[in-house]
Order: sequence, then structure tokens, then C-alpha cells
Amino acid sequence: MNVSWMIAYQTIVKKEFVRFARIWIQTILPSVITIFLYITIFGNFIGDRIGNIKNFSYVDYIIPGLILMPIITNSYMNVVGSFYSSRFQKSCEELLVAPVPNWVILLGYISGGVLRAFVVSIAVYFVTTLFTKMPIHNIYFVILITFLTAFLFSTAGFINAAYAKSFDDINIVPTFILAPLTYLGGTFYSIDALPQIWQDISLVNPIAYIVSSYRYAFLGLEETNILLAVLIIVTFIIILFIIALIILAKGIGIKN
Amino acid sequence: MKNAVDIVKLNKIYRNGFRALENINLSIKKGDFFAFLGPNGAGKSTVIGIMSSLVRITSGKVSVFGKDIQDNPDFAKRNIGLVPQEYNLNQFIPIQEIMINVAGYFGINKHDAKYRASKLFHQLGIWEKRFDTPRELSGGMKRRLMIARALIHKPKILILDEPTAGVDTELRLTMWDFFQEINNNGVTIILTTHYLEEAERLCKNLAIIHKGSIIQNSSMDEVYNLRKEHTYIIKTANIINQKLNISEFSHKLIDAHTIEVTVDNNISITQIIEKLKYLDVNVMNIISKRNRLEELFMELTKEEPIT
Repeated sequence: MNVSWMIAYQTIVKKEFVRFARIWIQTILPSVITIFLYITIFGNFIGDRIGNIKNFSYVDYIIPGLILMPIITNSYMNVVGSFYSSRFQKSCEELLVAPVPNWVILLGYISGGVLRAFVVSIAVYFVTTLFTKMPIHNIYFVILITFLTAFLFSTAGFINAAYAKSFDDINIVPTFILAPLTYLGGTFYSIDALPQIWQDISLVNPIAYIVSSYRYAFLGLEETNILLAVLIIVTFIIILFIIALIILAKGIGIKN
Repeated sequence: MKNAVDIVKLNKIYRNGFRALENINLSIKKGDFFAFLGPNGAGKSTVIGIMSSLVRITSGKVSVFGKDIQDNPDFAKRNIGLVPQEYNLNQFIPIQEIMINVAGYFGINKHDAKYRASKLFHQLGIWEKRFDTPRELSGGMKRRLMIARALIHKPKILILDEPTAGVDTELRLTMWDFFQEINNNGVTIILTTHYLEEAERLCKNLAIIHKGSIIQNSSMDEVYNLRKEHTYIIKTANIINQKLNISEFSHKLIDAHTIEVTVDNNISITQIIEKLKYLDVNVMNIISKRNRLEELFMELTKEEPIT
């Protein structure tokens, strides 16, 4: 990356960081409150009645998935919100008239989403420590899965933002696709406990692999082939990244 | 010497099938102050969009300082500064931050960006507003901010798409002086405007685009010589009740103190006044009905009556 591109990349990332940090009450705090409520209600009130799952208390079992939920939504919403807003205000033209390669623009926005995901996940993790002493089986793997998940959903958010024609359109995917996939991805239960048909359906849900990987990273619990899970996530990233680059090259949503 | 911009057989058809440009050919000299005129929807903004990489080319070629913009997009982008017609500012961040960000996209570090922004803000009179967001600025200030933003990377070509729209007269005059100054410093300026006196006052050469085609491309002097006739409005001291007996030029009475006369270009104002004086008409003042560029523009872009 030459110096000029490096400065451009840093500028986009810094702009994105300042944007979500400036409105932290809207971007960081809601996830913290939501997770606090989830752990209080599901982890404590309901979890005590459920008992242990695979030798872990229910609250410990669901926490990796609970941390993952805001990582997914925050990385996605950061990029879709920011990029669509810049399209809406036409301020994205500032980038389009500058000599910034498409991949630098894309990486800049994705990095903003990844950064927000890390900030939120750290905040959420500290909330979980109020309820339980959460084990971390492999910190590097936690960081890797956090990064890959955030990267994947930031890229998806970028694609959504390019096609969105109104602010309503940026909420369709999170509401009707991401939320069901997350809830059906084994966040609150073990997929093994589902009837066979639902276990088979879960095989095509990428979020199920991410939850399993994250659970392994925290608890050391190998519910699926971890290497395969990582490969699936990376494959999705490559596919979506290429699609996003094609969108930028064709100028979909940004050029006439 | 290479031209600042060369456009050859440029065509643009939008996705909805609308043909915005048809075989446009245009050359703009280095250092020129060039007026690019046309009625609404004629294709001006499409040409500007293509030059600035915001609109894709259907066919044809656009070169900036001899380099094809499709083969060398970064070269073109580094050399062009764009002041768009519509506000395209991030409404939520301070204007100094906008300048630093845009400079960053051009690879300019924060220190240099701050210095350049400060200089431009002082020149354009918005220094005091540097910590305000665009939504806190007046229309004129937003226009000046967009001019400053377009100049942050020191482009050699500045494209001004209706830069003084909605700006009061005093500010417009100040902006004209500013544009003239940067043109004198060697920056090629391409101006689109609906204020034809603005083009007449500032520009050396012009092109008129109508329905996607260039219908006039010449120097301002040539434009002045194109018109064979000129129309004046004359205010008289005495009352005129009947049509005057004048054979040298056509005229009509507007009211008892006003006559509209149309004369060939070779008849001087002195001759008109003398003729009227001979008919006992005392002239109080005399003004052009339209400026010459306006007359030509109206003539060239006149719509055919709908039948």
C-alpha cells in the first residue's frame, strides 16, 4: 500500500471511529444494556431452572453467543448505516472524486465496522463478568473469530448499503435475515438438542458455525469441526468481499 | 501545449435509456476560464460528472492534460477539483474535519491539510465557522465550503457547477474576484451557470450544450460578433403618442416614455440618439434589452413550438 493510499485508509477508518464514538449512546450503549437484560433474564432467572448444558452452567453456555450477537449487529449496522448515510447525503462523492482505490474504500469501511465490533464486544464482555467468571479457553481464537465475524458482517453491510434505496431497506436484512439466523444458530441452545430436520437446516446457517467456533474459543467445547467452521467463515468473507468490489467497480448505487 | 481537457465523440446513455450526450467534441485550453452553458437538462452536469469520475462513459474519450481518464483515473482525479451543483456535505461533522478528511483521501497528511484548510477558510471568509457543521451554515457559506473543499488538493482544473446559485449579489462579486484570482494563478476553470452575465464577465471561451449536443463553441468575442442585431430600451423625457417615422431601424412603443429599438450591429448608440433627437425625442437613458450572450443563448436554445 503506497503512502497516499495509507493516509486515505487511515482517514476513512478514523472518520468511521469518530462517527460511532461521537454517538456512543446510540452505537455502544444499547448492546451493553441488551446483553445485561439477556443475561439477567435468560442466564439467571430461566437458566437456573434449565441447569447445566454439556457440563457448563446455562449462563456460561450462552454467553459466547450473547457476545457474538452484538458483534454481528454492530459490525453490520455500522457499515450499512454509515455508507448508506453518505450515499443519501451524497458525501460519498468526496471519496469517489479522490484517487482512492475501491479496495481501500471497502477496507476502510469494513475496518470501521470491525473496530466498532471490538469496542462493543469488550464492553459486553465486561458486563458478563458481573454475572459469572467466564473462562477463556483460547484468547487468540476469541480475537480471530471476533475479527472474522465482524469482517464478514461489515462486508455484508456494505453490500446492503449499496443496494438500499431508503433507510427502511437497511433494516430489512438485520430484522428478517440476521436476527432469525442468529436465534436459530444455537445461541441459546445446543444444536444437538434439536430434531434431526432442524439440525440439517442448521448446517446451512453460517451463524451456527460462528457460534460453535466462539463457544470453542471461550469454553473449549468442540461442538463442530472448528477448522471447517473457520474455513466456511473465510469462504463467505472472500465471496462477499469480491461482490462488494464488483459493486464498487460498477458503481452500483453510487455512480450513474 | 496540451489542452486541459479534450472530449472526443462522447456519448452517454443512462440505464433508463435516456440519451444525455450525443457525440460531444470539446477542447478546453490550459489556463482558460471556460463557460459551459445550456438550459436545464441539456447535459452539462453529465459532462461534468464524467470528467469528475462520478458518471460512467457510454462511449467516447475524455482526456485531462492528454491522459485518458479511463486509463489514468487517478491522474485525472488529482488534477480536478469539483464544486457540484447540489450540496453533498456530511451534515454532521465540523467543516474543518470535512476538509481534513477530503485532504486525507488525496493522501495529504493532517498537518498540511489543516494549514491548507486554514488558508482557504481565511480566503473565503469562513474561518470563524471552522468548528460548525454544514447544517449550521447559510447557503452562501456552504457554497464557499464546497469551493474550499474542491481546492484542498491544489487541482490544476477547477469545475464550478453553478457555484453562485442562491448567493447574494455582494457575495457573488467577492466570489467572482476569487475565481479570477485563482484563474490568474494558472488554474483552468470550467464554469456552468444560469447567470449569463457571470459567464460574460468571467469567461474567455464558451460552449453551449442543448439536448445533449454542442451547438456553439467559440470565444466570447466571436459570440459578440455573431449577433447581427441588437435591441435597446430607450427612456424618453417627452411623451410619445404615435409611432415615429424611422426607416433606419425597427422600433415599437412600449409606453408613452419608452421605446424599444432593434438596430443592426453597425449602427451606433450615437446614431440612434441623433435620429431620435431629429424627431424631437429627448433620450433620458438607454440600456440593452438583454446582454449579447443572453440574446445568443435564447436564440440557440429556443424550443420549437409544439404543434
